[in-house]
Amino acid sequence: MPYITVDGNEATASVAYRLSEVISIYPITPASPMGELSDTWSAAGKPNLWSTVPQVIEMQSEGGAAGALHGALQGGALTTTFTASQGLLLMIPNMFKVSGELLPTVIHVAARSVATHALSIFGDHSDVMAARMTGFAMLASSSVQEAQDMALISHAATLSSRVPFMHFFDGFRTSHEIAKIESLIDADLRAMVDEEAILAFRARRLSPDGPVIRGTAQNPDVFFQGREAANPYYDALPDIVVTAMDRFHSLTGRRYHLFDYVGAPDAQRVIVMMGSGIGAAEQAVNQLVADGEKVGLLKVRLYRPFSPEALVAALPPTTISLAVLDRTKEPGAVGEPLYQDVITALAEETALGRTAWDIAPRVIGGRYGLSSKEFTPPMAMAVLDELRQPQPKPHFTVGIIDDVTHLSLRYDPDRYHEADTEYRAVFYGLGSDGTVGANKNSVKIIGDATDMYAQGYFVYDSRKSGSQTVSHLRFGPKPIDSTYLIDSAQFVGVHHFEFFHQMNPLAVAAPGATVLINSPHGDNLWDYLPADVVATIVEKQLDVHVIDASQVASNAGLGGRVNTVLQACFFDLAKVLEPAVALEYIKKSIRKSYAKFGEVVVEHNEAAVDDAIVSHRRLRIPEVAPSVTARPPRLNGSAPDFVQKVTNAMLEGKGDLLPVSALPADGTFPTGTTKYEKRSIAHEIPTWDPSLCIDCAKCVLVCPHTAIQMKVYDPAFLENAPAGFQSKPWTGKDFPGASMTIQVAPDDCTGCGVCVDVCPARSKEEAKHKSLDMTTKVPILEQEQENFEFFLGLPEQDRKLIKIESVKGSQMLQPLMEFSGACAGCGETPYLRLLSQLFGDRLTIANATGCSSIYGGNLPTTPWTTNDQGRGPAWANSLFEDNAEFGLGMRLALDQQIVEADGLLAGLASQLPEDLVAGLRDGRLADETSVEEQRSRVLQLKDLLTGLEDVRSERLRTVADALVHKTVWIVGGDGWAYDIGFGGLDHVLASGRNVNILVLDTEVYSNTGGQASKATPRAAVAKFAASGRQVGKKDLGMIASAYGDVYVAQVAIGANNTQTVKAFAEAEAYDGPSLIIAYSQCIAHGIDMSTGFSHQKEAVTSGYWPLYRYDPRSAGEGKHPFHLDSRAPTTTFKEFAATEARYAMLARSQPERAEELFGLAQDDIDARWKLYEQMADVERRIPDLEDHE
Amino acid sequence: MSADLTTRYLGFELAHPIVPSASPLTGSVASLRKLEEAGAPAVVLPSLFEEQIVHEAAELAHLVESLSGSFIESPGGYFPELDTYNTGPDAYLRLIEDAKRELHIPIIASLNGSTRGGWVHYARLIEDAGADALELNIYVVAANATFTGSEMETQYLELVEAVKEKINIPLAVKVSPYFSAFANMAKQLVDAGADSLVMFNRFYQPDFDIEEMDVTPNLELSTSHDLRLPLRWIAILFGRLQTQFAATSGVHSAEDVVKLLLAGADVTMTTAALLKYGPGHLTELVCDLERWLDDNDYTSVSQLRGSLSQTNAPDPAAFERHNYMKALTTFRSPSVA
Repeated sequence: MPYITVDGNEATASVAYRLSEVISIYPITPASPMGELSDTWSAAGKPNLWSTVPQVIEMQSEGGAAGALHGALQGGALTTTFTASQGLLLMIPNMFKVSGELLPTVIHVAARSVATHALSIFGDHSDVMAARMTGFAMLASSSVQEAQDMALISHAATLSSRVPFMHFFDGFRTSHEIAKIESLIDADLRAMVDEEAILAFRARRLSPDGPVIRGTAQNPDVFFQGREAANPYYDALPDIVVTAMDRFHSLTGRRYHLFDYVGAPDAQRVIVMMGSGIGAAEQAVNQLVADGEKVGLLKVRLYRPFSPEALVAALPPTTISLAVLDRTKEPGAVGEPLYQDVITALAEETALGRTAWDIAPRVIGGRYGLSSKEFTPPMAMAVLDELRQPQPKPHFTVGIIDDVTHLSLRYDPDRYHEADTEYRAVFYGLGSDGTVGANKNSVKIIGDATDMYAQGYFVYDSRKSGSQTVSHLRFGPKPIDSTYLIDSAQFVGVHHFEFFHQMNPLAVAAPGATVLINSPHGDNLWDYLPADVVATIVEKQLDVHVIDASQVASNAGLGGRVNTVLQACFFDLAKVLEPAVALEYIKKSIRKSYAKFGEVVVEHNEAAVDDAIVSHRRLRIPEVAPSVTARPPRLNGSAPDFVQKVTNAMLEGKGDLLPVSALPADGTFPTGTTKYEKRSIAHEIPTWDPSLCIDCAKCVLVCPHTAIQMKVYDPAFLENAPAGFQSKPWTGKDFPGASMTIQVAPDDCTGCGVCVDVCPARSKEEAKHKSLDMTTKVPILEQEQENFEFFLGLPEQDRKLIKIESVKGSQMLQPLMEFSGACAGCGETPYLRLLSQLFGDRLTIANATGCSSIYGGNLPTTPWTTNDQGRGPAWANSLFEDNAEFGLGMRLALDQQIVEADGLLAGLASQLPEDLVAGLRDGRLADETSVEEQRSRVLQLKDLLTGLEDVRSERLRTVADALVHKTVWIVGGDGWAYDIGFGGLDHVLASGRNVNILVLDTEVYSNTGGQASKATPRAAVAKFAASGRQVGKKDLGMIASAYGDVYVAQVAIGANNTQTVKAFAEAEAYDGPSLIIAYSQCIAHGIDMSTGFSHQKEAVTSGYWPLYRYDPRSAGEGKHPFHLDSRAPTTTFKEFAATEARYAMLARSQPERAEELFGLAQDDIDARWKLYEQMADVERRIPDLEDHE
Repeated sequence: MSADLTTRYLGFELAHPIVPSASPLTGSVASLRKLEEAGAPAVVLPSLFEEQIVHEAAELAHLVESLSGSFIESPGGYFPELDTYNTGPDAYLRLIEDAKRELHIPIIASLNGSTRGGWVHYARLIEDAGADALELNIYVVAANATFTGSEMETQYLELVEAVKEKINIPLAVKVSPYFSAFANMAKQLVDAGADSLVMFNRFYQPDFDIEEMDVTPNLELSTSHDLRLPLRWIAILFGRLQTQFAATSGVHSAEDVVKLLLAGADVTMTTAALLKYGPGHLTELVCDLERWLDDNDYTSVSQLRGSLSQTNAPDPAAFERHNYMKALTTFRSPSVA
């Protein structure tokens, strides 16, 4: 039997692809790789089992994918799809239909939390449990091996039974774990599927050659009976699955049952569960049985239909009590779904007398592992211990500390230790340094080239810049079933020395472990290590080796990529393989990985390997503990209590230890917490030369992290300025005599360099010197920290005096979005910061799921913040698909409050000062002066209402703030606006309501990894468009402007910042729906992100991204509401495309296709420009607005 | 009777002495075919740049790799994995193969290396791909103040020797005129194995953008004026070195061709004019050349070749320093009475 080393997604997709003819897909974490692999295979012409290439089609949503699946099944094509979480929920309506029509299919689910009080991309069973009544059979896998095997069993069984299947496995823990497994060859697949069943399925297809009708509407007379008519298929299904499992066993030797029992044959206490937690539970059971305890574990495979007979048959007759573990939560239910099924099944079987016992065993139910919470052997042991209690908790949780409802079980984390026969290694890397890739590669090397088993699991933090990765690798002589993180490693690799300043990476080291540190400090390492790290090294007698990997990589021509260097060192030091053999495998692997990029890349990596193994050296541990440095605090000392206690625990990696009481019950968190976290990830930060500065504020405008800010202030405030604090006279006439400062936030800057790139002010004597230059951070850090602290204390300029619609003016306004974890050079965040500056103190945001919801709302810290009056953007995320509607709902609520406030005010007018009532009634205007005056009036009103004895006064108090102008902005990416949320967006545009929609258009699904959307232009290479997108980009702006009464603008902040600011101001001022489509460069474009904003100019000059504004207020007799804000193209698409890898890649890989698509892309540009030019001349009347007037 | 336009270059008999040199026009089989239809007797393909190959491969690997394993929701990176990125010389070698298959005229490949190993390695690949001859396009900016002129010359010569040793097809060497003693350097290049000297190469030269205060490398297309430099050196070297001469730069009209032939060129190479007027301009050039020869009673190109070289010119000193003085004294400005 051949072995392969793959992750759960690939193991599953490999089977599903080969057994399908049509695959409809839509990206969603953590299932996306299954669709991506299928698309890649299809694009490469890889055939299925019947020698045809499956059609793979990306849909606009999971709802669409399910619809296409349903249709393809009706058409007689073997069809599959992959999904998770909300995606599965969107499929539910079609799933009822598909099962109701007995259409055989398999939906493979990388099970993930459904968003409730928060979104989570991690794994649990809340999604599949939400779909458990759709009529789909449900088959669970608990490992990568099983994901492959059960995929096949489910495909075989659905064909034989006609009942559709949901095959699921745990998101991330199984979907993303890489493991060495026995692979299934085509012959296995062929032997498992029933060809006659396929022919019968085809024969049932919808065809005009033998027409039937399906999907009828039925009445009370027959619907019920029709529903019952399918019973025999479900009754037969367990046996069909058993038959498939038996056949699978005969083919592969791997034995599965509907329920698999392991443990003592005479067990009295048994855990029942499904999914990846089984690995940990089985280890716990094995140890306890070895210790003489009568315990066992029942693994659930087929969850629907649930077979009571099989359940009872699988349990030892000696069973006295059961603990059923559910990886989901069903608030308000008697217990979670699996618990309820088990207890019902036992009761039924006992009542029918088909059990070995007269009284059914006691059953308790517990929740564990929600959202990939770790589940370990000690936790399983605690569950089995609980069963020994005279009165065990009927409902419990394990893995957390519940100090509110006290449901949690205590457990001893040190009760179980992994076997010494396994080699465990943990690596700390940066997302961008290739550590994860190299470790995946190491797992594959050992898995593929040796008899050893290998496992790799990778943990990432949620930041998109400076993110840390932790790789957990296990190697051993037996299949590895440890489905939890390593807590005792024989090898620890610390790939960036800076990590020691954030945490103690060596805490995970086992005594005597080998440690590899990438450090530029050489033998002086001790001078830079924090005290606890030194103590760990000494106490655990660690064998520490050091290498300056960056230098070795640089010498080899690899730039800063240290992955190959450190991988070679790992193999050299860990001795998992004979070093010479390892070297050979590494080089083979290098060739396999890099040859496609060119021989030179192979040569560079090989050179790095050769140099690496002679460049690392053992660090001598001094007898006397050396002098040590203190670790800088993670938090700014001024942080409020919640941040100090809760947020800080998360930042320190101790979030698992937070008790239930520490967390809000409804998902409500304070805003503005990024400012307390000092990440300090940049090596270089900008320094400002005031003598050159021309006060243009472009640097402030484009900074993706609000890490460079401007204030204009009275020079008198400089009296107590630190010695190094810089300022200059403000040259604008708006604030004569004022000073100004451009200040960097040194610990918040990511070092992306876009501020320097856009800075137009150069030295006359030295052209390379600008008013902003990137400078090595360390020597200036303390000074800049002091400067920034002082800068924050400078007063904000009076908003009433600022010309807000200008670029300079807008950048004088306090930013209320700061220090997000977005990618360095992100093209989206400057728009959001601008939004926060212009309207932040009166702003409510509905944010679609995507990048902006991650950098905008992912814990531990969030960037939306408040001003010194405590006002700031109120932000919420609902889902991906519903954001426009979500935002409209916010508007409706606000409008309703305005109506109520107006009514109550009118009703109470006689009891209030006349001028106050008149002012409140007429003063709800949007300009700064009006807003401030109205706020004063509302304050006065609230005071007066306190003294009134009218019952209406309290109601008015609660809605009085609505009398001050407020704004609702609906924010999201192109995946939302063009695809999954387009229906809702269209509806909101047509509503006539005063909402503003900001589409951050990266022309690709950025957050899920660069899949094509309908915003992806022709010829761009993206996932699901490996050969370049065939069709042109949807023109969302023109669609919106067709309504006539929608304000529409297309902007690019780096190309024309004045137009951008103007568009935001106009959209806000327009009393109706507005749509701004904002060009947002993205790492998925394959560009130099440090020049991303100046690069936007090239997008505009080539006509690739024309700038325009369509303003319904400019419509009317003889008027032209469409304004083209950019000039006719002066450069070509080809010139623009040559600077972006998403296009250049196609030109390299498929030059002829590129030539064709580039030509069509140029035609697109030419045609669009011609259309827009004509639009600019079109006279247009908007009767609605005229009537309104 | 029309004059005989044939000439020999790198071992091939060419129908006439006007050869399209490296440019975008010689970068695809389709445009090569147009050149052949327009009467090109041979073509020089664009240069294979080793430095560019290395840079592109490294950049692409970095781009694809640096984005994978970075983010939890996109552990596989941001681009689909492609089987090939064609970063190496494969596309260039395929152009040679396709050109050889589709065209009937000699295909001269061109190579600009950046390492000793790279020059030899790619030269062999080019030969294996079927090129009829190879033109080494050598250009080094001697910016290192510790590197002497003789060291630089040695580097050139060792390179030519190394390549010549490893290939069997004819070898042309395209150089710049920036040597202290070009005649001697030319001789040494011939001694090292150059079957032809191509004079001279034109590379991107830095320019300044005075709006952005930035350095902007670009390539200005030549004008007829630019033929003066090759004209002088071909004229000087003709008859003194046992090699062939290809004149590049400034060949826009038949008159330009005639001048360079008079100096001693075996072929003249044209780029800018073809880019400006299209491949059809080549046909015009050939017709014009033929007409000039007929009008001036020349029977063949070989009759013309070198007849105004330094050896054969009535005033040999005109090619040396004297030329400068004469130019000044005979210059008349419209503003000078």
